[in-house]
Amino acid sequence: MAEPVLETSGLTKRFGGIVATGDVSLSVAPGEIHAVIGPNGAGKTTLISELSGELKPDAGSIRFAGADISRFGPVRRAALGIARAFQVTSIFREFTALENVALAVQARAGHSFRFWRPAEREAQLREPARAMLRDVGLGERADLPAGSLSHGEKRALELAMVLATGPRLLLLDEPTAGMGAEESAAMVRLLAGLKSRFSVVLVEHDMDAVFALADRITVMVYGRVIASGAPEAIRADPEVRRAYLGDEEPGC
Amino acid sequence: MDAKRVAAIIALALLALVPPVAMAADAPFYVGLFARIMVFAIAAVSLDLILGYGGLVSFGHAAYLGIGAYAVGILSFHGVTGGFAHFATAFFAAAAAALVIGFVSLRTSGVYFIMITLAFSQMVYFLGVSLNQYGGDDGLNIARHSNFGAALDLKDPVVFYYFVFALLLVFLFLGSRIVRSRFGVLLQGVKSNERRMIALGFPTFRYKLAAFVMAGAICGVAGALFANLTLFVSPSIMHWTRSGEILMMVILGGLGSLIGPVFGAAAYLILESVLSRLTEHWQAVLGPILILVVLFSKTGLYGLFAMGARRRG
Repeated sequence: MAEPVLETSGLTKRFGGIVATGDVSLSVAPGEIHAVIGPNGAGKTTLISELSGELKPDAGSIRFAGADISRFGPVRRAALGIARAFQVTSIFREFTALENVALAVQARAGHSFRFWRPAEREAQLREPARAMLRDVGLGERADLPAGSLSHGEKRALELAMVLATGPRLLLLDEPTAGMGAEESAAMVRLLAGLKSRFSVVLVEHDMDAVFALADRITVMVYGRVIASGAPEAIRADPEVRRAYLGDEEPGC
Repeated sequence: MDAKRVAAIIALALLALVPPVAMAADAPFYVGLFARIMVFAIAAVSLDLILGYGGLVSFGHAAYLGIGAYAVGILSFHGVTGGFAHFATAFFAAAAAALVIGFVSLRTSGVYFIMITLAFSQMVYFLGVSLNQYGGDDGLNIARHSNFGAALDLKDPVVFYYFVFALLLVFLFLGSRIVRSRFGVLLQGVKSNERRMIALGFPTFRYKLAAFVMAGAICGVAGALFANLTLFVSPSIMHWTRSGEILMMVILGGLGSLIGPVFGAAAYLILESVLSRLTEHWQAVLGPILILVVLFSKTGLYGLFAMGARRRG
């Protein structure tokens, strides 16, 4: 296997007496979608925050593209190409969809101590942003205020912003959260289209989405990894079935 | 042209006409009143830059007004009368103060940011009180206006008026460029959702600090103008209630529009001037007016004005 893009070892975070992530070690190969599943409170979002740099782990280390980034803050990690989509959609509601993505492009286009030229006239920000909106199916919605988009469209917009930063690793925290079946399926199609272009850590509750997308699955319960492996192996793992998937039919 | 721009142009045109009209009506008092309005408008515009666009509720903006005014007062006291020296000192001293204050305050946010900027401005206020050499609590008279040569004699109220007007236009123009630039868009992103900005990889602190310093420096210029307006400077100029007044002008006029604070400063100071002649409890009348404006127009007086212009146009 190629050298992993992301590798954590012994990642531990406690909140008071609660172990949010305990000794989590996982690795993500280039181009791989690595799903992290587990019941509510398993520490999945905490793990994402530790990977994005928003939370500092109490112990353990994170390596990204061969370098130790454990001590880097979120801004530096973003600059290295780690991009996060939040569980609760995080966009600029007052901006238009296009302005949202253009600002994401701006994040990677050098410093922003530029005071004179109107950003709305900068083709080098606008054009990539427009293309990215088309890619996620929001081409027609570019000039609407982001706050007026539907829930599914907002999720797609955030994905477009994340992609516009030119990431190497995507941290997706429940991309289908709160979506109806149809929106959910559209998001899964969208993510499937990205497959192999990016490495992805995917936290997801929708098991159909997980098994449709993931190359590997890590199962967390109460902050600990109880299993990690290929989807078929996870599906068959008796401990996972007992702890999480339920003894009957996986996929509910 | 959109209604908002029309409203802005009408307002600025009216300001340009104040001296000839006032002189024709033999009411030179109004030249002074509107010069004062524009001085505060510059201060309010500078606050709007960080408040309306960056979402930074600075409750200590009067400190920079005071530093700018004291720059003129203290230099004059020591016999330095040059206008460029006065205004450059006011600008850079206020910028330096904003750099220090911002460096500490911007590590906090929300209520803590409001409190810490207030605390800093109180420190600057008491520093002014303790300057016994420069009059302490009683303040300092300024012998002469900042000297820009015979061609620009600030002693002449009309010349001074247009000097302030020109600076107001310059700052409005610069501001309108800045808020639409990459820097300005970034600032609005911070106001809208700072967590998202950081996750996108923007090191927001340095940009917020830059905006904070710019606002402080511009307000310092307003302070230098204020000193020239009154030829007197005392710590009362940076009392915390003054910071509140500037904040009120911005909110009353319309946040995040740059021109709105000009409306706000005019409304506030005209009301003060009219109402304080009727009753000493004029603030009891002003309060409800402020509440009504905030309740009924999210975009402040300027928004109402623009709405009126749209209906007619």
